[in-house]
Amino acid sequence: MSFTIAESVDEALAALAAGARPVAGGTDLVVGTRQGKADLPPSLVAIDRIEELDHIESGEHGTRIGATVTHSRLTVEPTIVSDYTALADAAALVGSPSTRNIGTLGGNIMNASPAMDTGAPLMVLGAVVQLRSAGGSRAVELSDLWTGPGQTSATADELCVAIEIPSRPERSGSAYVRLEYRRAMEIAVVGAAASVTLADDGTIVDGAVALTAVAPTIIEVGSAGTSMTGLLPDAAAAVIASAASDVARPISDLRGSESYRRHTVGVMATRAVDAAARRAAGEEISVPVNRAIGVGASR
Amino acid sequence: MTEPITLNVNGMDYSVDVDTGRNLLGVLRTEIGLTGTKEGCDDSECGACMVLLDGQPVNSCSYLAMQAQGRSVTTIEGVMSADGLDALQRSLLEEGGVQCGFCTPGMIMSAHALLDHNPSPTEEEIRIGLSGNLCRCTGYAKILAAVTRVASDD
Repeated sequence: MSFTIAESVDEALAALAAGARPVAGGTDLVVGTRQGKADLPPSLVAIDRIEELDHIESGEHGTRIGATVTHSRLTVEPTIVSDYTALADAAALVGSPSTRNIGTLGGNIMNASPAMDTGAPLMVLGAVVQLRSAGGSRAVELSDLWTGPGQTSATADELCVAIEIPSRPERSGSAYVRLEYRRAMEIAVVGAAASVTLADDGTIVDGAVALTAVAPTIIEVGSAGTSMTGLLPDAAAAVIASAASDVARPISDLRGSESYRRHTVGVMATRAVDAAARRAAGEEISVPVNRAIGVGASR
Repeated sequence: MTEPITLNVNGMDYSVDVDTGRNLLGVLRTEIGLTGTKEGCDDSECGACMVLLDGQPVNSCSYLAMQAQGRSVTTIEGVMSADGLDALQRSLLEEGGVQCGFCTPGMIMSAHALLDHNPSPTEEEIRIGLSGNLCRCTGYAKILAAVTRVASDD
């Protein structure tokens, strides 16, 4: 097995073109080898020291998050907490402090688990993934990136270099909640993210909802925007439950049956819309929502 | 395939030949001989293997040794002071926060990282700081008391 440490994106891309696979924190990759999923790739290139990938930059049009920004940083970065709060909610729930310290946003996205916590928030916030290879760059919508559990449309020589999220309108809020059985080292049983923008009269003018762990990939509730528009948040939170349950295609496994997941994802969607709308109206709900309002596991 | 690398552990440089797919835990215990760091689940769940990497807690069972090159690794052997046990170790003994002791090194490393960055944590912050460490003996109350005591003494 060969292992190289890349100092620049170009160096990493050359290694990928030669057949190497990237490793950042390794929290999925190394654990995966021991659960019998796969051997370590014969050639690895470490990308966690590439400075260009470790930045968060905000401008007029939005925020660009480098692929190796850690979950820990997302939970405290002022722009993320204030403007893209659902992403901070999700990052704060990933694994344990040690996982969050070395696990990266790019890694979470490209690992493509249907239970990933950061996926649904990024989807409702309209994020786009920047992929780069030695041959060029392209931007991919999240709905086009994930093709199945652990599978993406990225080619083997493409590296996720950044995630770009457009700036949010005034009076917008977002939230991510998940059902969990314990408070650390947990994987979402089901989860839901919502983003909401309010008009001056308090009704919803725009919104989106996406779901975690109820399909082969993170999925968006396509009807959420139109079905919530014009409603007050309470009414919107009520209608979104059945919309979420309707689009869910969950499996039954150790952590939950198909019918339990289908029901509870509606509950999570309701709570996500409620928390997002309260944040949009200016209420401070601390990150993560799961701890702030007691969703999921109790102590 | 093995490669010669240098790892900085507890302030000392160690030159070791490592299999490029080897985890940091194995190299610390077997090649360097620092057996205070434990292997529990070997799956990032239990935290017995916790070490500090540039001051931040990391599960060494799930971290490639090759990736620790050029970084500063601290293990339980590195927290003792010149005159013996450090404050967290003493506090765990005095509060009875140790039974079988297998989780204790990892628990101490997580607590150190927490207190280094936040000397006066709330109870909730201590719980979150220790949330990656499992103990199957004590029921956690005495561990929480021990960390709280050190935090209040600072």
